[in-house]
Amino acid sequence: MSMAPEHAPRMARLSLAQRLAPWMPVLLVPILIVLGAVAIPNTSSWLTLTVSGLAMGMMIFLMASGLTLVFGLMDVINFGHGAFVSVGAFVGVSVLLMLGGMTGAPSLALNLAAMLLAVIGAMLATGAMGWAFEKVIVQPVYGHHLKQILVTMGGLIVVEQLIIVLWGPEEIYISRPEALKGAITFAGAALEKYRLVAVGFGLVVFAVMRWTLRRTKIGLIVRAGVENGEMVQALGYRLRLVFVGVFIAGSALAGLGGVMWGLYQEVVTAHMGNQAMILIFIVVIIGGLGSVEGCFIGALLVGLMQNYVAFLEPKVALISNIGLMVAILMWRPMGMIPVVKAK
Amino acid sequence: MSDPILRLEGVCTNIAQYHILQGVELEVPRGAVTMLLGRNGVGKTTTLRTIIGHWRAHKGRVLLDGQDITHMPTPAIARTGVGFVPEDMGIFANLTVEENMVLAAVSGPIDSARLDWVFQAFPPLKTFWKSEAGNLSGGQKQMLSIARAMVEERRLYLIDEPTKGLAPAIVSTMARALRELKAQGASILLVEQNFSVARALGDTACVMDDGRIVWSGAMSELATDAGLQERLMGLSMDAH
Repeated sequence: MSMAPEHAPRMARLSLAQRLAPWMPVLLVPILIVLGAVAIPNTSSWLTLTVSGLAMGMMIFLMASGLTLVFGLMDVINFGHGAFVSVGAFVGVSVLLMLGGMTGAPSLALNLAAMLLAVIGAMLATGAMGWAFEKVIVQPVYGHHLKQILVTMGGLIVVEQLIIVLWGPEEIYISRPEALKGAITFAGAALEKYRLVAVGFGLVVFAVMRWTLRRTKIGLIVRAGVENGEMVQALGYRLRLVFVGVFIAGSALAGLGGVMWGLYQEVVTAHMGNQAMILIFIVVIIGGLGSVEGCFIGALLVGLMQNYVAFLEPKVALISNIGLMVAILMWRPMGMIPVVKAK
Repeated sequence: MSDPILRLEGVCTNIAQYHILQGVELEVPRGAVTMLLGRNGVGKTTTLRTIIGHWRAHKGRVLLDGQDITHMPTPAIARTGVGFVPEDMGIFANLTVEENMVLAAVSGPIDSARLDWVFQAFPPLKTFWKSEAGNLSGGQKQMLSIARAMVEERRLYLIDEPTKGLAPAIVSTMARALRELKAQGASILLVEQNFSVARALGDTACVMDDGRIVWSGAMSELATDAGLQERLMGLSMDAH
C-alpha cells in the first residue's frame, strides 16, 4: 500500500484571546448576568430578575428552536411559525381545563402530569398541523423567499381566524397548576415556582435536542443538510423526508413553547404567537440561522436583557432587544454561532 | 469487453435556457478507469451531475448496469452504489472528519478494515479525525472528499477534478489513492484536467466538446498521439 506524505500537525501556541474566541458567545450569558449584578445592587432583586430572564429565555428558545432549523435546513422563511405557538397554547390550555381535578390538586406530581399531558396534546396537534402546513402552504413555494413570506403570513392569518372560530374571540385566562403557584424564597429573593420549572423544562429540551443533533445519525443528516443539502442527497439520504420531519418537529416545539408561554402569561390569545414572533426572529438571527446552540444562547440573552432593562429603565425595555441584535450583528454579522453554508 | 457498467444514450441536459449536453453517448467499462477529458465548459461536470441526478436529462437515457436511472431521485441513484465526489468537494465544514465519514457510510457502521485502508491512503484524516472538516487544508479537504466515497464499496465512482488546485505532493497522494481504488477493481468515471494524472490512471478516455463526446477509445492511444490531442483538446499532453 502506498502512503501519502505525513502531514504531522504542529500545534501553535494560541493566545488567551484566541482560545476564548470560540467560547465568547457562551460567555456572553454569564457576562450579562455579572453586568446585571453590578447594575442592580440589591441582590434579591437581581436574583429574581435573573431567574425570570432565564425562564423567559428558555420559553423563547422552545418557540424559536424549530424556526431556526426550518430556516437553516430548508431555507424557508416561515412567518407562520407563530400560528403553531398560538394553537399549541390553546390546545394545551384546553387540556389543562379538562384536567381541572389534576391541576387543582395540591400535588406537584399530579400538576406536572397534567402539564405533561397538555404539552403532549399541544405537540401532537401542532405537529400534525405542521405536516399539513408544509404540504399545502410551504411545499409549493420552496426556493421563492418573497412568496414564502406572503403565503406563510397568509397561513398565519387563516390559523388565527380558525382559533377565533373554534375557541371564540375572547382571550382565555388560565391559572397555573396549584403546586406551581406562588414563589419560594432563596437568599431573600422570591423565585416563582413556575419559572423554575420553565428553566428546568427548557434545559431538558435543549439537552435532548443537542443530543439528537450531535449523537444520532438523523441529527448528523440534519446538520449536514443545513450546510449542503445537495451533497446529503448525493450520499443517499432522502432530504425531502428530513425536511418534512424537521418541519413537524419544529412546529411541535413551537406548540410546546406556546403552552409554556401561555401559562407564563396566564392568558392565551389568538395573536400571542404573532406577537412573540419579533422576539423569536431576533433570537434566530442573533444566534445564527440554523444553529440550535446559537438560538439557545440568543434566547437567554434576550430574556435576561429584557428583564434587567425593564427593571432599570422601563422605557428603554422596548428597544433593548433590538439594540442587542444590532450590537451582536455588528460584532458577528452572521450571528453568534454561524452555520457555514456550502457555496 | 464485458458489458459496460454505465451507458449514456443521447443524453441532453439544459440548464435554464442553455443546452449544455447535446446528445452525450458514453460507455464506462466495468472495473476500469474512464477519463472524461475536454476543455473548460464543454459539459464534463454537467455529465457527472446528470448521472447522479442533480440535473435532469430532458432527453436520452442513463443506464446503470442496464437499469434506467434517468429519472430516479438522487438519493436512490446513490443507494444503487454510485459514489460522487463533486468538483467543490462537498465536505460538511461544520462536521468533524469522523462525522463526515460516518455520514458517507450509508449502509451502516463503518467497516474497520476498510477505514484502515482509507487511513493508509490518507494519513492526515486519522490525525484530524476529531477536528472540524472546515479547519482542514485544501488538500486534506480533497482527501476527505474522496475518502467519503471510498469508505464503502461502490459499483461506480464519479469523481470530478480531484487534483484541481492542489500542490504536486498532494496530487501524487490523490493519484496513488485512486490507483489503489482501481487495483480493487473499482469502476471509475474521472474528470481530470491534469494530463499526467489522466495518462497514469486512465484505461479508456472520452473527449468532450460542445456538449458531446467527440472521441472515445483507449487512453494509451490518445496519450501517444500528439496530433489527436491537439485536434481534440487544443493542446498536447506533453505540454503538461
